[in-house]
Amino acid sequence: MDNITILLEAPVITLDLVLNGLLIGALFALAAYGMALVWGVMNIINIAQGEFVMLGGYVAIVMGVAGIHPLFAVPVAAAFMYVIGWALFHLVIFRVVDRDIFISILATFGISIVLQQLMNTLFGGNVQVADAGLGTALLMGGMVTLAKIKLLAFALATVLAVALVIFLRRSRLGQAIRATAQNARAARVLGIDTDRVYAATYGLNAALCGACGALVAMAYTIHPYIGLPYTIRSFMIVVVAGLGNLAGVIAAGLGLGAAENIAGFVLGTQYQLAFVFLLLVVVLVWRNWRLARRRQYLK
Amino acid sequence: MAQLAPGEKKAVSEVSVAVYRPVGYLAILAIGIVAPFLFPAYQSQMAELWLFIVFALTWDLVGGQMGYNSFGNVVFLGVGMYACVLAQVGLFYPVSTYNAARGGGATVFTFDMTQYLEGLAIGLPVGALLATLTALALGSIVLGMRGHYFAICTLGLGIAAGEIANGWEWIGAGSGMVPPNAPDAVGDLSRFYYYLALALAVVTFLVLRWLYMTRFGLAINAIRDNEDKAEAMGLKTTQIKVTAWMISAFFLGIAGGILGNLKRFIDPIDTAFAGPTYGVWMVLMAILGGKGTLWGPVIGAVVFQVLKEASWTYLLGWQRVVLGLVIVVIVVFFPQGIMGFVRERFPDWFGHRVEGGTIAGPARKETLR
Repeated sequence: MDNITILLEAPVITLDLVLNGLLIGALFALAAYGMALVWGVMNIINIAQGEFVMLGGYVAIVMGVAGIHPLFAVPVAAAFMYVIGWALFHLVIFRVVDRDIFISILATFGISIVLQQLMNTLFGGNVQVADAGLGTALLMGGMVTLAKIKLLAFALATVLAVALVIFLRRSRLGQAIRATAQNARAARVLGIDTDRVYAATYGLNAALCGACGALVAMAYTIHPYIGLPYTIRSFMIVVVAGLGNLAGVIAAGLGLGAAENIAGFVLGTQYQLAFVFLLLVVVLVWRNWRLARRRQYLK
Repeated sequence: MAQLAPGEKKAVSEVSVAVYRPVGYLAILAIGIVAPFLFPAYQSQMAELWLFIVFALTWDLVGGQMGYNSFGNVVFLGVGMYACVLAQVGLFYPVSTYNAARGGGATVFTFDMTQYLEGLAIGLPVGALLATLTALALGSIVLGMRGHYFAICTLGLGIAAGEIANGWEWIGAGSGMVPPNAPDAVGDLSRFYYYLALALAVVTFLVLRWLYMTRFGLAINAIRDNEDKAEAMGLKTTQIKVTAWMISAFFLGIAGGILGNLKRFIDPIDTAFAGPTYGVWMVLMAILGGKGTLWGPVIGAVVFQVLKEASWTYLLGWQRVVLGLVIVVIVVFFPQGIMGFVRERFPDWFGHRVEGGTIAGPARKETLR
């Protein structure tokens, strides 16, 4: 806890932590937006969200080993994960779309366990990094260090988010997705093939996570068990921001990244994950408590 | 049992059930008692099976009967486990030096027979008590949530507990903790723990069987079926929910103490607060057997343990992948569980009368709503 005094005495360290936190927060927001998409359109909470991020990261790792610059892995991972997501939808997810939401949680939990154990078997449990070889940028006379790849990841995440918004607003498929989210039955009446929309939504979510994961592998680290924290972060961000609220998701994501980085510094890194999971509990309890005063509860 | 109209004769099945039921119970008990002598090689797996039955039963009390699907019951297991072992050690030695020595090092910690048994006799109740108090504290906070929010919140609780234990030096942090070694004279104690686990499973089963027949059992079913209505009818829902979770935690706390001593090593994330394994398996066993039934969790735990051990034996290296696949398959294709399936095929076994293809008698319990 004596780290708090350090923060107060040296605001530049705080600045460093906050900036780095904001950079990773953009990636959290990206994964969270995918979760909000699937949740809003299909009424499914996808616990395998973090595993999609992890798989995208391993695409970057594999390409790095093959001697291709990992930056090219971002589109490749997105395309690869779109296929995976599409396939998973047609294997499992379509069977849980209209059922109790807890069934979807359990089924995607099963998928997440399969994926993480599969990667553990194939790649081993070690922490891996895809080196993009960009070096670091120094600000404030060397007091604030920012890896250039993190800045690039932030920029790419922003570009992806903007592209996604334009896609959902303008394209036929995007409009069909939004129509299905609003009222699936009416969408079917008007001739939208909702099953294809669901498949595309789930694939799109997986692609988003894949791109996010490739960036995570370059800017941070990847290992087979990285998934669940990303899932929980996504869920938390969506609960705070609400469904279909991109600005809220981005704000909540950036805030979470900064908060997590500061907490990791103050509490020690061994408690950083505990902080994330406890924050989830606190957020949910707080939301519910606010609602309970009006005799309502989270729905 | 279906309400009999006046003048109606008892169905044959009801008479036979009254005869066969005690016989069946005694047969299962007898099998449980002689099993370690028949299959000594599988003793620890069978002890684990009895504990799994406790896991599934206690999960089903809150998940199946009350409709609150929790991934976080593993918190009570871990609290019970650590509390029990810490009491076993702490009664005779300072915990921090014991854990710093990692079960060896310069100092050797020995426990004689009286110390060992005394530690266990105090440790298990302490574990149960602390787990129950944890349920009281957490339940008052999170049981206001419903449905999937509750599920994910408890998932977070379970993992957070594991992460905290993983960073806490006093209880051994990430290196885990070794329960006290029994004195060399006694040799292997796994048979002793087998019978403890068996006794716990039997007691848990009987207590829950009684509980489901009481007004309390009706109340938790009312909460599952429609909480708002239950509250409107004057049930103190929050109080009932917390009580149910505390009962569940009490037995899980004892199970934790037994499991820690049975495994001979406590890893904070893999044995104590194992959300992704035990936490999910609890849910899976109850669903596989049939949610919201008394026998379902028992049957589900047996089937699951057999599946698990078979995959561990024949698919080494891929066993966890296979378990994940099993979860997906069961949840997607077989959500009503074994008991639900039997109930649909042979409704008259359950005292339902079938009239024109629909089940009359007591309202059919929905496995899925």
